[in-house]
Amino acid sequence: MTLSCRNISFPFNADRWLTRLTRLSACVSAAIVLLVITFLLLESWPAFRTIGVSRFITDESWHPLSDRFCLVPMITATALTSGGAVIFAAPLGVCSAVFSQFYAPPRIAAWHRRLVELLAGIPSVVFGLWGLVILVPLLAHLGGSGQSLLAATLVLALMIMPTVALTSSSALSSVPAELIRGGAALGMKRWSIVWQIAIPAARSGINTGVMLATARAVGETMAVLMLAGNVPEMPSAIVSPVRTLTANIALEMGYATAEHRSLLFVSGLMLMGVVSAGVLIAELVRGRRHV
Amino acid sequence: MRQLVYVVFTAMLLSVAAGCGTDRSTPDKVNAVNAAGLSGKLTVTGSSTIAPLAMELAKRFEQLHPGVRIDVQSGGSGKGISDARSGIADIGMASRALKDGESDLTAHQIAADGVCLIVHKSNPVIQLSDKQVIAIYTDQLNNWIDAGGTDLPIAVVHKAEGRATLEVFLSYLELENPAVKADVIVGDNQHGVKTVAGAEGAIGYVSIGTAEADALAGEPIKLLPVGGVAATTANVASGEFPMSRPLNFVTGRSPGALATAFIDFCQSEEVHDLIVSQYFVPVQR
Amino acid sequence: MFDSVNASAIKERVACFVVWLGAAAILCVLMWIVFDILMKGASQLSINFLLNAPEDAGRSGGIGTIIVSTLMILAVTITAAVPLALASAIALSEDAKSGPGLSGFVRRSLDVLAAVPSIVFGLFGNAFFCITLGMGYSILSGGLTLACMALPILIRTTEQAIRAVPSEYRHAAAALGLSRSTALFRVILPSAMPGIGAGLVLGIGRALAETAALIFTAGYVTRMPESLSDSGRSLSVHIYDMAMNVPGGNSRAYATATVLVGLLLFINAAALATTRYAGNRGSSHVMSGAIR
Repeated sequence: MTLSCRNISFPFNADRWLTRLTRLSACVSAAIVLLVITFLLLESWPAFRTIGVSRFITDESWHPLSDRFCLVPMITATALTSGGAVIFAAPLGVCSAVFSQFYAPPRIAAWHRRLVELLAGIPSVVFGLWGLVILVPLLAHLGGSGQSLLAATLVLALMIMPTVALTSSSALSSVPAELIRGGAALGMKRWSIVWQIAIPAARSGINTGVMLATARAVGETMAVLMLAGNVPEMPSAIVSPVRTLTANIALEMGYATAEHRSLLFVSGLMLMGVVSAGVLIAELVRGRRHV
Repeated sequence: MRQLVYVVFTAMLLSVAAGCGTDRSTPDKVNAVNAAGLSGKLTVTGSSTIAPLAMELAKRFEQLHPGVRIDVQSGGSGKGISDARSGIADIGMASRALKDGESDLTAHQIAADGVCLIVHKSNPVIQLSDKQVIAIYTDQLNNWIDAGGTDLPIAVVHKAEGRATLEVFLSYLELENPAVKADVIVGDNQHGVKTVAGAEGAIGYVSIGTAEADALAGEPIKLLPVGGVAATTANVASGEFPMSRPLNFVTGRSPGALATAFIDFCQSEEVHDLIVSQYFVPVQR
Repeated sequence: MFDSVNASAIKERVACFVVWLGAAAILCVLMWIVFDILMKGASQLSINFLLNAPEDAGRSGGIGTIIVSTLMILAVTITAAVPLALASAIALSEDAKSGPGLSGFVRRSLDVLAAVPSIVFGLFGNAFFCITLGMGYSILSGGLTLACMALPILIRTTEQAIRAVPSEYRHAAAALGLSRSTALFRVILPSAMPGIGAGLVLGIGRALAETAALIFTAGYVTRMPESLSDSGRSLSVHIYDMAMNVPGGNSRAYATATVLVGLLLFINAAALATTRYAGNRGSSHVMSGAIR
């Protein structure tokens, strides 16, 4: 019967339609990213044409209305704030997931999850406001005005932690029960089971969470704008003010002339370039480890 | 390779679908001025400083002319000017005077706004000379003790490039932007106020209206006089205050009848109370 | 042997302490933020605040029209994003290769899409939905832009959830002669529902929390929207305007934030209830039961 079937892999018509439909949706999703990148390229093309690429790295400072266009301090700031935020948020998020899945009594676990979900939906403006009004004056005691790399990194970590926590939590809950029971049967204690069985089994889900959190941190605009100080210079200390690429766009876009606008889109494009490089590197690292 | 072709094809398909869609949105120029009153739709975009005022003006205008709908959008003075030029908006809002390259547009001033210096309320300094301000902003004066205050390092709050407040401030002090060494750069006026309110050694400059309103609401800031003139909206109205900027409605080549009627309304005496309630200064015509 | 038992016992205690400490720290900071919002905004809350339209640039009146606009934008986002995300996730999870090929390309593009700054999305949404597609400043443009932003989160988490379903389910379904689509909709998706629910909550959270993207697409207007093509500001845009633009709007900003937090609690509960109804009840309790 199977040999007389038209197509062995699609013995049912519904399956063929399902595959077509789902593949089309995936194409549409990928097409959106192409549209966004095309948009960025179109908008930043005038700047590339008049100024060229190297000046964005070699100029002495960022003063676009005085003909200076160095983006290096801002790239550094983006890397430092996002990197710092992920370093704080990832362990904290996984810790929260482990807590709600393995250590907490069921009712406390449910409430903890609900509160983390709440944290996930608080607008970046509110985080920025809280940071500006409460955290920054506290940090001002350390020097400067308080608006600094440290303030931005801390609040950013707080903002992305729920992403890691929630995805890790569902990844940990999908670990097959037999693995856990097997560990318990071998006499392993709770932490050993978590560290040596559950987390490695949930690794792909946790990685997804960290990836999404990093992406969110890199793209965050509002909160960093309110907290980082926005001075386009290389930071000399953790309490120095910095300006990220996203804050650069948001800060100057509203009042920019056409040429200035084009320059700002170059920062956006540079951000996309950095992110794409990061994604490709992560892919290579993951590929090498599996092979 | 084939998969990449599929994705690019889908992207092209989406773009074609987009192009075949409805025409570029042009503002509804069906502004029928009939005996019963005005009707139609206006789109006003631009400066976020003017947007709350424009919204209130629009609301009052809509109450007087029930057939009219005015949508006010934010996005910045730059966007307001480019939208007015390209026709996407009927009226653009700009919180600055028009520049040389913008002579194809017409500016209709509806209000004025002063720019003043603010410091933390606990700061004992009550006045700074222009020379001292220049020294503070170019990093030559670093501690309040050298300006008559307590031993506290000065945290300089500056505005982002392109902002009208910055341009008014720098042109008054005759400074170039690269010469300014700031500790914090802020975007909106409120951001500046909150920054100064949060650090005792901070100094910044913001719109007078914003500073007055926030000081009244309890923020720990203090307005400093500029050039000997006290920083109040009354002084801006009388013209004594040296640093001020115009708030303009900008139109392109041929504004419709409705847009002209609305602008006339906004420049009339009837709306002075609204302008004052938003902490700006009405201009005498 | 005595030493190794002691060492592992100490490790257990330390781990337990650290985990509880971490969770408590998170809880404390969250409570700090929520209490701060409540304390500063509670004075402005009232039934009128929830029902009336804003007046005096938002400094008096209420936020009734804004709540309606927000819910409409959210509805558009969910309607546009969830089916697309589900379908794409199904496609990605069927194709296991993560290297060259369609699914690898789609995954990489989604990772890049997730990192696009919200202001770039706002400007893109303005250029594409408002101008090119002719929708103008409208709730529809805002909802679709947010759908683009939420897509990476929804797709990646749904894909993970589908992958995590044990392969025995798929084998059993095939052995019973079910078609792939029946197996998918009757067996695999219901088992993956808790994970999908978590992704939905994250996606909704991201959508409600967005400000910069909506200023340029759904707009700034406070009027009650009469259709999807009307402009209407969302709660987060209103919070931004009150806190950072309008002088003297501070307490209103906090009050609006309080309402947003309340709305969020309600929507999250609704989303989770929906996914629990659509999925198998009790499959996630197996985990915690195993260790006790």
